[in-house]
Amino acid sequence: MSDFFTVSVLVATLASGIRLATPFLLSALGETIGQRAGVLNLGVEGVMLIGAYAAYITALRTGSVVAGVMAAMAAGAAMGVVYAFITVVMHATQGISGIGIFLFGLGFTDLLFRQQVGTPVPIDGLRGLDMGGLSDLPVVGELFFQHSALTYVAFALVPVVWFAMNRTTFGLNVRAVGETPEAADTLGVRVNVVRTQAIIIGNVMAGLAGGTLALDVGIFQQNLTSGQGFIAVALVYFGAWRSSGVMAGALLFGVVSSTVLQLKTLGIIVGANSTIAAMAPAILTIVVLVLVSRRIGAPSALTVPFERDN
Amino acid sequence: MVEPTDNTAAGATAPHSASAEPRGQASASPMLEMTGITKRFPGVVANENVDLVVQPGEVHTLLGENGAGKSTLVKILYGLYRPDEGEIKIGGAPVEIPSPAAAIEHGIGMIHQHFMLVPTLTVAENVALGLQGRRGLADMGPVRDRLMEVSERHGLAIDPDAYIWQLAVGERQRAEILKALYREARLLVLDEPTAVLTPPEVDDLFATLRSLTDEGRGLIFISHKLAEVMDISNQITVLRDGEVVGRTTPAETTREGLASMMVGREVRLGREVPDQDVGDQRLVVDRLRVRGDRGNISLDDFSVQVASGEIVGIAGVSGNGQRELAEAIFGLRPIESGTVQVRGETIAAPSPKQVRRRGVAFVPEERMRHGAVGEMSVSENLMLVDYDKPPFARGGLLQFGIIAERCWELVRRFTVKTPALSTETSHLSGGNIQKVVIAREFSADADVLVVAQPTRGIDIGAAEYVHERLLEKRAAGAAVLLITEDLDEAMQLSDRVVVIFEGQAMCDLPRAEATTDRVGLLMTGVSEEVPTPA
Ligand SMILES: Nc1ncnc2c1ncn2[C@@H]1O[C@H](COP(=O)(O)OP(=O)(O)O)[C@@H](O)[C@H]1O
Ligand SMILES: [Mg+2]
Repeated sequence: MSDFFTVSVLVATLASGIRLATPFLLSALGETIGQRAGVLNLGVEGVMLIGAYAAYITALRTGSVVAGVMAAMAAGAAMGVVYAFITVVMHATQGISGIGIFLFGLGFTDLLFRQQVGTPVPIDGLRGLDMGGLSDLPVVGELFFQHSALTYVAFALVPVVWFAMNRTTFGLNVRAVGETPEAADTLGVRVNVVRTQAIIIGNVMAGLAGGTLALDVGIFQQNLTSGQGFIAVALVYFGAWRSSGVMAGALLFGVVSSTVLQLKTLGIIVGANSTIAAMAPAILTIVVLVLVSRRIGAPSALTVPFERDN
Repeated sequence: MVEPTDNTAAGATAPHSASAEPRGQASASPMLEMTGITKRFPGVVANENVDLVVQPGEVHTLLGENGAGKSTLVKILYGLYRPDEGEIKIGGAPVEIPSPAAAIEHGIGMIHQHFMLVPTLTVAENVALGLQGRRGLADMGPVRDRLMEVSERHGLAIDPDAYIWQLAVGERQRAEILKALYREARLLVLDEPTAVLTPPEVDDLFATLRSLTDEGRGLIFISHKLAEVMDISNQITVLRDGEVVGRTTPAETTREGLASMMVGREVRLGREVPDQDVGDQRLVVDRLRVRGDRGNISLDDFSVQVASGEIVGIAGVSGNGQRELAEAIFGLRPIESGTVQVRGETIAAPSPKQVRRRGVAFVPEERMRHGAVGEMSVSENLMLVDYDKPPFARGGLLQFGIIAERCWELVRRFTVKTPALSTETSHLSGGNIQKVVIAREFSADADVLVVAQPTRGIDIGAAEYVHERLLEKRAAGAAVLLITEDLDEAMQLSDRVVVIFEGQAMCDLPRAEATTDRVGLLMTGVSEEVPTPA
């Protein structure tokens, strides 16, 4: 155990925790926007898988990570359009529709992967940025200045999302339609348009989160996301629908995941124990959800479709 | 950011003279003409061939019982419903109003029966909602400034940075009105604005309304409270079952006349309560001290006794501890000190079930939150208390046949208007929902009744009905604690009146001594040196 508590190991663990937090953060921030508008999307996992596959296959074919990122976001946007149609236009029950999106993403990406790729071919994935002197700083450099661009994007989005929610008319509309859509409607806010926009933005971020994951590990496989999308939904509750809270949750999960990995690498937990340890994030999710099961701060109209009854 | 949605100058105090109308129509045209409006919902004709003409500078009242079609008519005007037939003209020009946005553009503002405010946003944010921000930014500075200006001009004090959820009902209503005035509404619709207000708040509201008509704005005012209607209206249009059944003015009619028109039969207002001897003390509240939701002391050393065969009225402006009193008696709120005794027996740590078992029934103030479950059917709501007792449940199984029989009986006896027992309760009108609650509570064997705001927001027909049932219970020897902010109701029905102010009992007056002036003054907290019976 003492192997773990050395500066280099701790720093490496934390740094990799920040890296692993990235997809959590992106997808949970996206889900936050959707939920603030009153739309629950349990299908984040499926959208992440589709984004991951889109990024992987594009990067594989073009050799370009940037193209992969674009493809992930485009795939997310497409899923957003689908989900908006299902929930906003067709008024389908959001919980079940989300599960449908998840199953679709799981099956569809697996199918495509087998047909188009077959045996896994690694791709050139994301690389950490080299920020010269900053990256070379002891401890701080490894912790903060050697990550990939997408990690910085994800963390930069935290204040951006806060600003968008609290300081723009779009954010005002989003909060209003998530809370009291009837009131927004009487002031001429087009409730379903705002919700559609929020869903698409959220799905783009989920797609990007999946893309980040695939490009980070440089490979695609069935169920690559292994539940991260569901944890992202839980993080929205954990973060009480605030971007800073969501970030704290994402970091918590990132660090727990990296700690488990590190302990395994160091041989501190082995065999059956490592299987149990691998469940740590899932157990943590449950614990967290029980602790924050109060829905204080939840948008009142979450999961409630809107229609003016003519 | 955020400009008013039309081209009228923002700060002008001048009324909107006809020449300022964008359409430049002849000034002789009325502000609004609705002609031949018909609106059908599945199974109901909510409006049938309704005509309504509103002139600038007048208060035009729509009067009618619940379900008469008042809200439907103004929702059509505001673009929330599309009419099946009929025409709308504004300033003489025919218009289509397919959405609230279009209504706002035509200078129509609406104060909805159920406030259309987002509780988690501030007043200023609610006002800014739906307006275009410059470059998409919600810059609240200019909104606040203009909001303050509008608020000062109309004497509608408000804190622009307060969240709606922090505001009292009266303040919320001011926020609603300001929202419309901010958008330069020339025709303002107020759907039952007084239903939720206390008498002093109604006075303030009416002062505001008068200043608005002085500026030349037109108002459509909806109510079923006759005294108010007589007080504020220039024109009155009476609706019944979706049709216009009369047009009149306060000068040409009386309250009785209006009541008969809206109900469709002779109505006698006011009622005689026969004297009757009281029996033993049934409900004794002794020096009760209770905390409110925010941890403040909301009932302090409060005592009241109710004997068999009497109605004791707790009068007062709401928010002075009435809700806490009812909840404490019913075991819904922890008691800090003091006791509640039912039939001489102190209930140590009351729970609703225990209190009910001792024969206490409860008609809570918020019928949709605590009185009935909106999503459940009428029959389920009727059975909420008795569902687990024989003969309605045997061996843990609900006896649907017996339950249905019982429910039909209640529906008939309490004249609940519902299409079916399986109808979702929230689809009924407020008066009918209240009847469901009353049917459930009054039919039980309970002989101690705690009844809070039983007629708030319901029409005369239903209110009259509730009063009759209360007096019937009294005649049958029940002890009734009637908590009400409706002064007339308290004075009419109560054998004794206790005025509550800031959690304390200001007086305990027998009927003969409880004059309106005296009680009204005590309600404002002005105390008299009248010793309350110990
Ligand atoms: N959205 C709706 N769907 C079906 N019926 C409705 C709807 N809105 C109102 N109604 C019915 O139309 C009638 C008139 O209702 P309303 O205009 O709300 O009456 P009022 O405001 O006078 O109390 C009632 O019978 C009511 O049940
Ligand atoms: Mg109405």
